[in-house]
Amino acid sequence: MSKTFQHLVSTAVPIAIENIDTDQIIPARFLKATTRDGFGENLFRDWRFDTNNEPKQDFILNNPIYKGEVLVAGKNFGCGSSREHAAWAIGDYGFKVVISSFFADIFKNNALNNFILPITVTDEFLDKIFRAIEADPATQLETDLEKQSLKIVATGEEISFDINPYKKACLINGYDDIDYLLSLRKEIESYEASREFNF
Amino acid sequence: MGKTLFDKIWDSHVVVSKPGFPDAVYINTHFIHEVTSPQAFDGLRKRGIPVFRTAKTRATADHNVPTIDQHLPIKEALSRKQVEMLTANTKEFGVELYGLGHPYQGIVHVIGPELGITLPGMTIVCGDSHTSTHGAFGAIAFGIGTSEVEQVLATQCILQYRPKRMKIEVNGQLKKGVVSKDIILYIISKISASGATGYFVEYAGEAIRSLSMEARMTICNMSIEMGARGGLIAPDQTTFDYIKGREFAPKGADWDKALAYWETLYTDADAEFDVVLTFDAADIEPMITYGTNPGMGIGVTQHIPALTEVDDKEKPSFKKSLEYMGLEPGSELLGKKVDYVFIGSCTNSRIEDLRMVADFVKGKKKAEDVVVWIVPGSKQVEAQAKEEGIDKIFEAAGFHLRQPGCSACLGMNEDKVPAGMYCISTSNRNFEGRQGPNARTFLASPLSAAAAAITGKVTDVRELV
Repeated sequence: MSKTFQHLVSTAVPIAIENIDTDQIIPARFLKATTRDGFGENLFRDWRFDTNNEPKQDFILNNPIYKGEVLVAGKNFGCGSSREHAAWAIGDYGFKVVISSFFADIFKNNALNNFILPITVTDEFLDKIFRAIEADPATQLETDLEKQSLKIVATGEEISFDINPYKKACLINGYDDIDYLLSLRKEIESYEASREFNF
Repeated sequence: MGKTLFDKIWDSHVVVSKPGFPDAVYINTHFIHEVTSPQAFDGLRKRGIPVFRTAKTRATADHNVPTIDQHLPIKEALSRKQVEMLTANTKEFGVELYGLGHPYQGIVHVIGPELGITLPGMTIVCGDSHTSTHGAFGAIAFGIGTSEVEQVLATQCILQYRPKRMKIEVNGQLKKGVVSKDIILYIISKISASGATGYFVEYAGEAIRSLSMEARMTICNMSIEMGARGGLIAPDQTTFDYIKGREFAPKGADWDKALAYWETLYTDADAEFDVVLTFDAADIEPMITYGTNPGMGIGVTQHIPALTEVDDKEKPSFKKSLEYMGLEPGSELLGKKVDYVFIGSCTNSRIEDLRMVADFVKGKKKAEDVVVWIVPGSKQVEAQAKEEGIDKIFEAAGFHLRQPGCSACLGMNEDKVPAGMYCISTSNRNFEGRQGPNARTFLASPLSAAAAAITGKVTDVRELV
């Protein structure tokens, strides 16, 4: 997994399903690894493979026409469990950007902590992307984090997206939260000393 | 202007707040378990740093553990390895572990409250989305990812943006046969599985106030199922009575000091919420889910929405969901045959849940072709149930009281519902494959689950109480 994110032009894989929960992204029985690696193999495991471990032909990740480093999904993506394994699986599979009209909070944090960019777009723009890819699976999407913009390259249709400035800087520069928190040690210790009721 | 309870607690835990940065928030209690912690300990090792405040983290093993023969080694190699790694990591870093065989072992969100570790006014996190359970005590409690577990281990702080505030008021009184699980399933069915995303919820109103602590925990537990960051309830006499005398609760002069502080923990009359929702308890009937997210719930006597009642945009997901469940749009669930009954999980495995089920099934027998699993939330719940003779009532009804763990809530350990089977479950998620590959879940209250165990089908429990 890359440790920074700035700019990407890529085709995308569309999954037009709403409320995709983290149990679908990575089922619980695959959470037993004790490292962060290798989860991509089981990304969307039960949608990708049947009970005999044969690829299901009707699932989009098994369709060679659709590929790319961008995943586009229906609203409320990543709801359910807090398992960071969901973000690890998406990153390990090779996705760098996930686009939806709505993300679950914990998933969004987990993705950002793994240098995967979750982009929230309007319902209308999400529809536009789905339709563009349906018409032409080779449709390219351009993500520019510095400008905070997402563009459908062929049509030039563009939307700007929100990201908080701190997380943006983390992604562009490859910082992580622990580096910042460790730098606050003095403040943390004086907070502890100031609390009359520190349980 | 006054402050909400959430803001009072948050403000008193902000260590550093800089413009453009998320707040660095101090964490009073950090719970860890075997699934979401190994990579965090690994991170500390790579950075060459210790756990900053070892006494503020407590560990238990729950997700992977078997719920029978816990004295034997865990059969499944990967599960065993994860549990062993928790033992090794907690030993190496000096963190207290209530592992398998320990009298305090159990589901992380059951043991925290019952040991008196969870207290009002605290900030509590755990690498598990159902950490929201602890909000029942008037604490800010929420689930985090593994990178954040590492942050807390390393610094006892977490970086967070302040969520928006939502108040959900449930007024009036519940009808007979309707319990707290029905309240929360009802709310989620009304506002959807994403209806509270971005918010921290405070539950209020007469129907919430009159609930026991166990029942309040059930409500707060499922806050995440409507997307909320967490949910809390202002502490009151019910809260204080529950905490007093528990193992790690403050004692003597500390208790008096704590109590004086806890009594300040309420939302001021003139505080403002971003959103206020109001419900009437009298409108709630026993609830059951029919689909594959917790928002897809109905009163047990209602019918599944017909296709014409579903928004065009939601149709593909709705159809996919019902196909998975093997159910027809517009049909009724009442009378539908059930294969498994699971009573357990961090939502409904506390002593009060088991008492409720025991009271109901006393003198009754389970339906012949139903498998019933009753899984206590902790060793202490298990011991209490035995002391009260609840295990004997279950045995006479043909139920089996197993040993504590997450069990069939998440299909990670040995307890899985077989493919295609229907399970009425007191757990919190009905996602595809949640209870095992291709297993089909109906979420319901412990009472409704017990009723189905007796009749072998989806039943309106009000007809039996």
